[in-house]
Amino acid sequence: MSKVRVLVGTRKGAFLLTSDGKREQWDVSGPHFAGWEIYHLKGSPVDPDRIYASQSTGWHGQVMQRSNDGGKTWETVGNKFTYEGVPGTHQWYDGTPHPWEFKRVWHLEPSLTDPDIVYAGIEDAALFRSTDAGQTWQELPGLRGHGSGPHWQPGAGGMCLHTIILDRSDPGRMYIAISAAGAFRTDDAGATWKPINRGLKSNFMPDPTAEVGHCVHHVAMHPSRPGTLFMQKHWDVMRSDDAGEQWHEVSGNLPTDFGFVIDVHAHEPETIYVVPIKSDSEHYPPEGKLRVYRSRTGGNEWEALANGLPQSDCYVNVLRDAMAVDSLDSCGIYFGTTGGQVYASRDAGDHWAPIVRDLPAVLSIEVQTLP
Amino acid sequence: MIRVVLPAHLRTLAGVRGDVELDVAAPVTQRTLLDALEARYPMLRGTIRDQVTGQRRAFIRFFACSEDLSHESPDAPLPDAVAEGKEPFLLVGAIAGG
Repeated sequence: MSKVRVLVGTRKGAFLLTSDGKREQWDVSGPHFAGWEIYHLKGSPVDPDRIYASQSTGWHGQVMQRSNDGGKTWETVGNKFTYEGVPGTHQWYDGTPHPWEFKRVWHLEPSLTDPDIVYAGIEDAALFRSTDAGQTWQELPGLRGHGSGPHWQPGAGGMCLHTIILDRSDPGRMYIAISAAGAFRTDDAGATWKPINRGLKSNFMPDPTAEVGHCVHHVAMHPSRPGTLFMQKHWDVMRSDDAGEQWHEVSGNLPTDFGFVIDVHAHEPETIYVVPIKSDSEHYPPEGKLRVYRSRTGGNEWEALANGLPQSDCYVNVLRDAMAVDSLDSCGIYFGTTGGQVYASRDAGDHWAPIVRDLPAVLSIEVQTLP
Repeated sequence: MIRVVLPAHLRTLAGVRGDVELDVAAPVTQRTLLDALEARYPMLRGTIRDQVTGQRRAFIRFFACSEDLSHESPDAPLPDAVAEGKEPFLLVGAIAGG
């Protein structure tokens, strides 16, 4: 019978939640790296027992961890992230130039074909790659160097590269997203990049439709539709059907189009999920009701999914990397909250139940469907 | 032998309990001590000082003999009591949080 392993990064450690394919009973392992912020963990698609983790604190900076046995044991790997060449400057919050400085790893994306290759999205925004299972890291400098880098500016959470999407159908193609610069695409395995933000409109910018400067919160893609992208922007839920060349809004009847997470059903590429959040200054669900919204039409028409979720006095947030899906026949949806709950649905969102209720604030969720 | 006291997070990361004892060739300075510490425990690289600039991380302090040595030159000799192993060299995580 299949198994599911949920990798949970929190403000004070990592937790591994495992269950059989029924997803009724869960074992909780952790905290791993107790007391450290775990921004992200992710397993290799080709060797699921190979898991990479980003571990950091304000005191001690960045540590990188790797497991070769599904998270039972861990070993530290390389944590030296050095920008290529002279790093230069980006814009600071007040618009003045600010030197590029490494702060932390936000997102890890293992290769689709080689367990020793893994990408890291970092703050201040840049993309790094390791080809030796995390021992050493090299920047892909074409991203910062493509021309608009000096105009990028941090969002409230820092200037982070938080989304990395690999394209199974085209090994040279990759998408990334940065707050607050926008989305970018490479078609030559990271050598050169182009901004893909046409159609985005951000009213906090002097030019709301500028090529860069948009606060993209997360982007999702279904592997069977590599040209179709879904985006949760600071405000607005967006869709592109031409690999990001043009976006259009699909917020439709959402109660608010602010939010952080967005994800796609494992078997239905037009079924997508968001968690609406009241506003950019009120990071909690509207009316104190925690609701996932599902669209079976690729956007515009949304239904609230609330069965099993708190419908009063709920004021948690769901951060950008804190939703994931499994690939069992009845697709499981998972998300974590800043209140420490990890909710799961075994039926694509119709019913929800907490796996755990009282973890530290959840920063990220990834799900592995295991044989 | 020089005695080094690590903060709890770094003891866990290095897999040690209690004080660390190091052989450090003279002259004993912050730099030679930390070089020896990182050579023994490579997983600590970058957690005390920046790997590129060598600068102490902002929320780390160096104490010894009831003195704050954090702002001393990394190449200044440490007190004799530290070099002789009579007093420990303390790495302290600054108070932070709420």
